[in-house]
Amino acid sequence: MVERRAGRTACKILQNRQIADGIFELVLQWPKILQRPTAGQFVNLYCTNQDRLLPRPISVCEIDGDKLHLVYAVLGRGTAEFATLQTGGVIDLLGPFGNGFSLAGKPGRALLVSGGVGTPPMVELAKQLQARGWSMDVVCGFRSQSYLIEQLSRYADVHIATDSGAEGFSGNVIELLDQETLSGDALFACGPGPMLKGVQAWAKTKGIPAQLSLEERMGCGFGACVGCVTKIAADNESGFIYKKVCKDGPVFPAAEVLFQ
Amino acid sequence: MKLAVNIAGVELKNPVMTASGTFGSGRDFEPWIDLNRLGCVVVKGVAATPWEGNPPPRIVETWGGMINSVGLQNPGVEYFIAEDIPWLRQFDTRICVNIVGRTVSEYVAVAERLASEDVDLLELNISCPNIKEGGVAFGVQAEAAAAVTSAVKKVARQPLIVKLSPNVSDIAEIARAVEGAGADAISLINTLLGSRIDIRKRKFILSMKHGGLSGPAIKPVAVRMVWQVAQAVKLPVIGMGGIMTGEDAIEFILAGATAIAVGTASLLNPEATMQVLEGMERYMRETGVEDIAELVGSVK
Repeated sequence: MVERRAGRTACKILQNRQIADGIFELVLQWPKILQRPTAGQFVNLYCTNQDRLLPRPISVCEIDGDKLHLVYAVLGRGTAEFATLQTGGVIDLLGPFGNGFSLAGKPGRALLVSGGVGTPPMVELAKQLQARGWSMDVVCGFRSQSYLIEQLSRYADVHIATDSGAEGFSGNVIELLDQETLSGDALFACGPGPMLKGVQAWAKTKGIPAQLSLEERMGCGFGACVGCVTKIAADNESGFIYKKVCKDGPVFPAAEVLFQ
Repeated sequence: MKLAVNIAGVELKNPVMTASGTFGSGRDFEPWIDLNRLGCVVVKGVAATPWEGNPPPRIVETWGGMINSVGLQNPGVEYFIAEDIPWLRQFDTRICVNIVGRTVSEYVAVAERLASEDVDLLELNISCPNIKEGGVAFGVQAEAAAAVTSAVKKVARQPLIVKLSPNVSDIAEIARAVEGAGADAISLINTLLGSRIDIRKRKFILSMKHGGLSGPAIKPVAVRMVWQVAQAVKLPVIGMGGIMTGEDAIEFILAGATAIAVGTASLLNPEATMQVLEGMERYMRETGVEDIAELVGSVK
């Protein structure tokens, strides 16, 4: 028998503020009846408007005592609804879900690489790694405006790349990794597919074991709909099987992920 | 208050079933619901051999619903027999196996393999819109639907439900054809074929372009078709399509369904089946209905 879990739970909104163009930080009171999330996990947030039924999966940015910090980008009508939420209100939440980053192994120097809204999960990850005795560099790429740098700087040496060159290094995270000749004993990455593909190849040439947190369009978030699949290397005729990003991931060992 | 219903000689403790493909074999829901309280678990489609399914993206949201093109990814009948039947048998609920194939002989192979296995019902899936061959191809033509039904019926050892596609011009004709071919019950509706386009990228969002529309947006279509089929055949009908609440389920029962299935709602809320069951019980209490059978098809 599996452990019973709380269902959709209305969580109290402590704060919801814009931290960059189109980027919001939502702070929720974390109810004790829910499992405590780990770095790399996500939660399902639901809209009030009932024409938008599917959950929006949002990765955990930081869990601080009984406060859950989430950072999301306004990308469509659902996240636009979230942007209107007010302190003191509530939002329906289910989770946490997914396999987060594995923090096993002897502490050393870690490399955290992120792109855009792949950056928020790096905050809790950096905090957890530091608590286990790791030191680390965080390399984060943005289009033109950075965010969460202050939080990351508490735990890591932070390197910023922007596509526009408006802040930090002008270029992508791979170019910045090379320019700064960064290395490490383990690499953790979260960001858009093309970036992760680049990180996978980079880590392979450097011989650094890497974990990638993937993103895919999700239905339920807990494994039932089999919608959010990704190709994972397998010893069969086609050379792959489709695994669920929500339940088998979202974090996978980089060596197993087959990008298109 | 009596909630038990009978589908082709199999008693269900209540009329709440799960819609195939939205519930796996139930494992994903165990943290939230007591599977003993379900009338029947209808498992995700099972094929003779493992199927890998379609490339992502497979899911997109629509107004009041969603479109999927999962493509019946499943680990095959041998895995199902070894892993899922013993797991499901821990619970006091009925097991219905949704069987899928690309050809008549593939459907027959699954039914044959399950003949000596401990399952209660079979559901012939001739209505999945998401595979290139088979699936819905058998469900949109009366002769093809009848042919696959009678071929599977010959080898099946459990009562056979045939699940119909709504993507047809005359649902009653298909229902009569499968009744004539030996079906023991009919379930409907599967998803409606639909598409969504990303206007920035000027591309279809789903990798397969089209997929199956489900959710509350399709409920009125489903209620209408359940009524039409219930009028056309003598077989028990299992109604589904956009059921979110107990009130929704009662609409299907009044339209002629003996039992109902909860599908997309379970993906939006893992406790949905229980809420539907409780909502049905509440309606019966409030309206003084002693036996759910009193309601079946009472709207003419």
